[in-house]
Amino acid sequence: MIAFENVAYNYGGGELLSDMSLRLAPGSFHFLTGPSGSGKSTFLKLCYAELKPTAGHVTLFDREVRTLARDDVAQMRRRIGVVHQDCQFLDHLPLAANVTLPLTVSDREVSPEDVGDLLGWVGLRHLADALPPQLSGGERQRAAVARAVIIGPDVILADEPTGNLDWELSLRLLKLLVELNRMGKTIVVATHDMNLIRQTKSQVAARVLRIQNRRIQLAGADL
Amino acid sequence: MTRFFTLLLHGDRHADRVVPPTGHTAWLTSFTAGAMTFLAVFALALSLASGRMADRWSDALARTATVRISAPADQLDFQTRAVLDVLATTPGVESARAMTDEEQRKLLEPWFGPDLPVDALPIPRLVELTEASDGYDSEGLRQRLAAEAPGAVLDDHTRWRRPLATAAGRLRLLGLASILLIGVTMAAMITLAANASLAANAQVIQVLRLVGARDTYIVRAFVRRFTFRALAGSAAGALAAMIGVALLPSADAAGGFLTGLGFTGWGWLLPLALPLLAALVAFFATRTAAFQKLKELP
Ligand SMILES: Nc1ncnc2c1ncn2[C@@H]1O[C@H](COP(=O)(O)OP(=O)(O)OP(=O)(O)O)[C@@H](O)[C@H]1O
Ligand SMILES: [Mg+2]
Repeated sequence: MIAFENVAYNYGGGELLSDMSLRLAPGSFHFLTGPSGSGKSTFLKLCYAELKPTAGHVTLFDREVRTLARDDVAQMRRRIGVVHQDCQFLDHLPLAANVTLPLTVSDREVSPEDVGDLLGWVGLRHLADALPPQLSGGERQRAAVARAVIIGPDVILADEPTGNLDWELSLRLLKLLVELNRMGKTIVVATHDMNLIRQTKSQVAARVLRIQNRRIQLAGADL
Repeated sequence: MTRFFTLLLHGDRHADRVVPPTGHTAWLTSFTAGAMTFLAVFALALSLASGRMADRWSDALARTATVRISAPADQLDFQTRAVLDVLATTPGVESARAMTDEEQRKLLEPWFGPDLPVDALPIPRLVELTEASDGYDSEGLRQRLAAEAPGAVLDDHTRWRRPLATAAGRLRLLGLASILLIGVTMAAMITLAANASLAANAQVIQVLRLVGARDTYIVRAFVRRFTFRALAGSAAGALAAMIGVALLPSADAAGGFLTGLGFTGWGWLLPLALPLLAALVAFFATRTAAFQKLKELP
């Protein structure tokens, strides 16, 4: 589904990620950990072609990202739901419109009931008409999760989705991701939260990837 | 082009909303389109009026000039023949012919009645000449006539009309060139406004790309907005200018060029085409600018 082959990346300075090779199988569940600034967000951006590797090959759905035209990238992103670390909303549109944006831009309709259900499910039904700047960090994150799943993607990439959530909400969110994984979606979650990882591993066969010293490695047999 | 009309007819409510309404570029675009159309209407009026004038004066030019021969009766035929010979060999004179007594009588009839004895009176003989399109050298002709037939006078009314007709023709060209320049200027200004708007909305564009919007979708949102602003501004400008033209004092009072400046008949429909033209210009200017800009973004 997503494959890295000797991938390296740098933002123009020194190399941030080096010689990464891995393969994320369809239906797999991965956690991504590593110190702050180690390149977790950068890794995820390589996974949805916001960044192109400075060396090596990234293959998404069997296509090398460097060969993708701009429209192909757009098409690809409709199969990948992303929860961005900084959420990325359109501040002039109400929450409900932001959550349905992936459908809107691909000219697909969605019933208001379905949107209501989804918002209710992340506990934001009462905020459907609020503008993103009026939301708390945790509310924004939940909205970002709702937006990532609304289009029914094959892959979900979540960058610190629980960073601003309390434990209870974090667990609920995780349950959602586990649920989606059981439905066959491929999931990658970047997080610092070891408790969350442990909690999840009791529910699903999740593996842990760690970025350290510019390399990626599978963390210990079972963490 | 079909995209243009689809856009005007159907639009796209969704695509419209994803770009936040921006105050000053909206105003700038409408105002530019309005002001430019206002100017274009006057340039159009000027161009049409000078066109009409050039036509009228060119028609006058096509008319014949006359050579008038006054001479004692015994020399009249001789001098007439000399004049015809001169004219026949003058470059730029297409044809020349002496008027018959009958024709001359007709000319004089309104003044002297039908029973004028043309042969008995010392009436000058008239020779009518038709000019070729590139004209003749009237000064040279005058000198030759004086040498060959002392009684001949060239009555050359085309002389003062030719430069006027030329000027009117030039004026028409200037008017059309102005309209063209106005159009190009408008395209340039709308391109700048569109670029400013695209730059101000870089964050919005980024989010749209991240959720899987194609370039065409994003471009559509901007293009639609700018096209409608240009259309509205331009319509207002055209209307104002047409009212201005309609309020010009009507012709006969003063006569001449200034009062001929209005539109006539179907001509009133021409300024109405300008807003459509402005919308077309805005459509392509924004489209080009937007696609260009998007290519620079990841
Ligand atoms: N656009 C950029 N230009 C230059 N440097 C960047 C850019 N984005 C990130 N970096 C740098 O790259 C490094 C890795 O950033 P990244 O966001 O991938 O880290 P991260 O592992 O996600 O950290 P965190 O856990 O704090 O989110 C950081 O040192 C950061 O300063
Ligand atoms: Mg990060």
